[in-house]
Amino acid sequence: MQRRVVPMLSASGLVVGYGANRSVLDRVDLSVPDSGVVAVLGSNGAGKSTLLRTLSGTLSFHGGALHDGQVKLDDRPIQRLSAASIARAGVVQVPEGRKIFAKMTVEENLRVGAVCTPPGRRASARERVMELFPRLAERLEQRAGLLSGGEQQMLAMGRAVMASPRVLLLDEPSLGLAPKLIEQIGDIVTEISAQGTPVVLVEQNAAMALRVAATAVVLEVGRVAMSGEAEQLKDSDGIHDLYLGGHSHPAAQDVDGEVEGEATDLPRRRLARWTA
Amino acid sequence: MSTFMQLTINGAGSGAVFALLALGFVIIYRASGAVNFAHGSLVLVAGYITVRAQESMGITVAAILGVLGAGVLAVIIERVLVARTRGGDPIALVLLTIGVDVVIVEEVARRLGSSAPFVRVPWANEVIHVGQITVLKGQIVALCFGLVIIAVLFALFRFTGWGLAMRAQAEHREAAALMGVRNTQVTAAAWLIAGVLAGIAVLFLATPDFAGGGVSRATHSLVLVAFPAAIIGGLDSTNGAVIGGFIVGLTGAYSQQYVSFEFARVAVYLVMLAVLVVRPSGLFGTKEVQRV
Repeated sequence: MQRRVVPMLSASGLVVGYGANRSVLDRVDLSVPDSGVVAVLGSNGAGKSTLLRTLSGTLSFHGGALHDGQVKLDDRPIQRLSAASIARAGVVQVPEGRKIFAKMTVEENLRVGAVCTPPGRRASARERVMELFPRLAERLEQRAGLLSGGEQQMLAMGRAVMASPRVLLLDEPSLGLAPKLIEQIGDIVTEISAQGTPVVLVEQNAAMALRVAATAVVLEVGRVAMSGEAEQLKDSDGIHDLYLGGHSHPAAQDVDGEVEGEATDLPRRRLARWTA
Repeated sequence: MSTFMQLTINGAGSGAVFALLALGFVIIYRASGAVNFAHGSLVLVAGYITVRAQESMGITVAAILGVLGAGVLAVIIERVLVARTRGGDPIALVLLTIGVDVVIVEEVARRLGSSAPFVRVPWANEVIHVGQITVLKGQIVALCFGLVIIAVLFALFRFTGWGLAMRAQAEHREAAALMGVRNTQVTAAAWLIAGVLAGIAVLFLATPDFAGGGVSRATHSLVLVAFPAAIIGGLDSTNGAVIGGFIVGLTGAYSQQYVSFEFARVAVYLVMLAVLVVRPSGLFGTKEVQRV
């Protein structure tokens, strides 16, 4: 029997689709305890991003809809709330592809993150961000669109931490980053969770995700194929063959891309980011 | 030289008013993704309320009522009509605002009949002499008032949570929502401000100093001159709207004097075309400068 806490955030029986495709998620369950990192693994199109969008209430921005199932925060159903209300309740997502506010400065991006935080908590949140991301502290006045890819990812995460989230949802933070930076991002995720904020980490980079996660869920074509302690999953044959088998370079794990897109131009994007 | 100075001050005065209108276009465009062709009707309604109320309540109260009226009308248009078309075709949204404009303008015109009453501002028809220069007091007031309002607005955008939320939403709706920004409130607030700016603009437009016409269809068509101002500056840029407003005002003033009154009408559009040939997204409009 594993140690079990009452989940802070939980999803059960999620059935989600986009338009005619009604089962991008097909009865998916997820449970996020009040500490630690939960990794959500799977190849492109498995429904990882869709799962995060369902939790954060942003399906409607992508033409998606929740057909069945429930999302609960502390036993309170939140699946009918707007994305803004869910964020205000403390479930804060860093979207895929960062989506920083490119025309604003780094400082302003961070201030947007805290726009719904009570003024009394902003200073401590800011302090926390400056400690977690010293690189951002050096670039506060710079326009966010001119940051490098790794810095943009840090800004996106920092912006979310500014909201003092109760649960942090991260969608592919390693996407397009060099191995060294991926490692760094992994360390920061560990640190955020160690400070008491549980994290749901969606990743194709299973090696990094399993390194930082306590528990993990593997999605395959919209269903939970495996779940359990990260340690055990790491050793399981399925995971090894599928996601860790002989590939040391993160890009090698990208399988055919559909819903979550962008896989085809990955190598070029990475190059652009890191020569820049 | 003194003529030039005089033209510059007068042009800047009307430029400030065009800037207020162009800012309204830009703010609504950024919030709702469409050009608001009903902007002229907001101006007209504010003017109508003001001239109807100024007899009994005095100009100050009347002006406040007019400004608030335009703001409320803008919010109603947004909430009742525009918000429902979200996710729809932007062209449909534009046509919708044109429809709203026709309905409101016709109603106000019907009420006005053949009259074109002036907004009776205390500074109307007065001139100020500074050395050799003679300028209309109205243009000076417009310039000062306009600059103060623009400064306040820019401070709001920059320093308040609401302003940040609005800019964030304009850049990325979903990312802003993920930070807890309520899209509906921000959008409605944007329309409110644009309406208020339109209401303030008419207090200058419908005076003898400005174009010589009172509240009438002529005022409405003056608003269309602010549209090139927004385009020249870049439809999604508030800085651009201000610069564009002044370019339009000054172009009008100079070309009237140095070329001809008739040419002044087309000069603004020629400037707009010239800008668009060189910079298709306007002087300050966004061409993505994101490094990816």
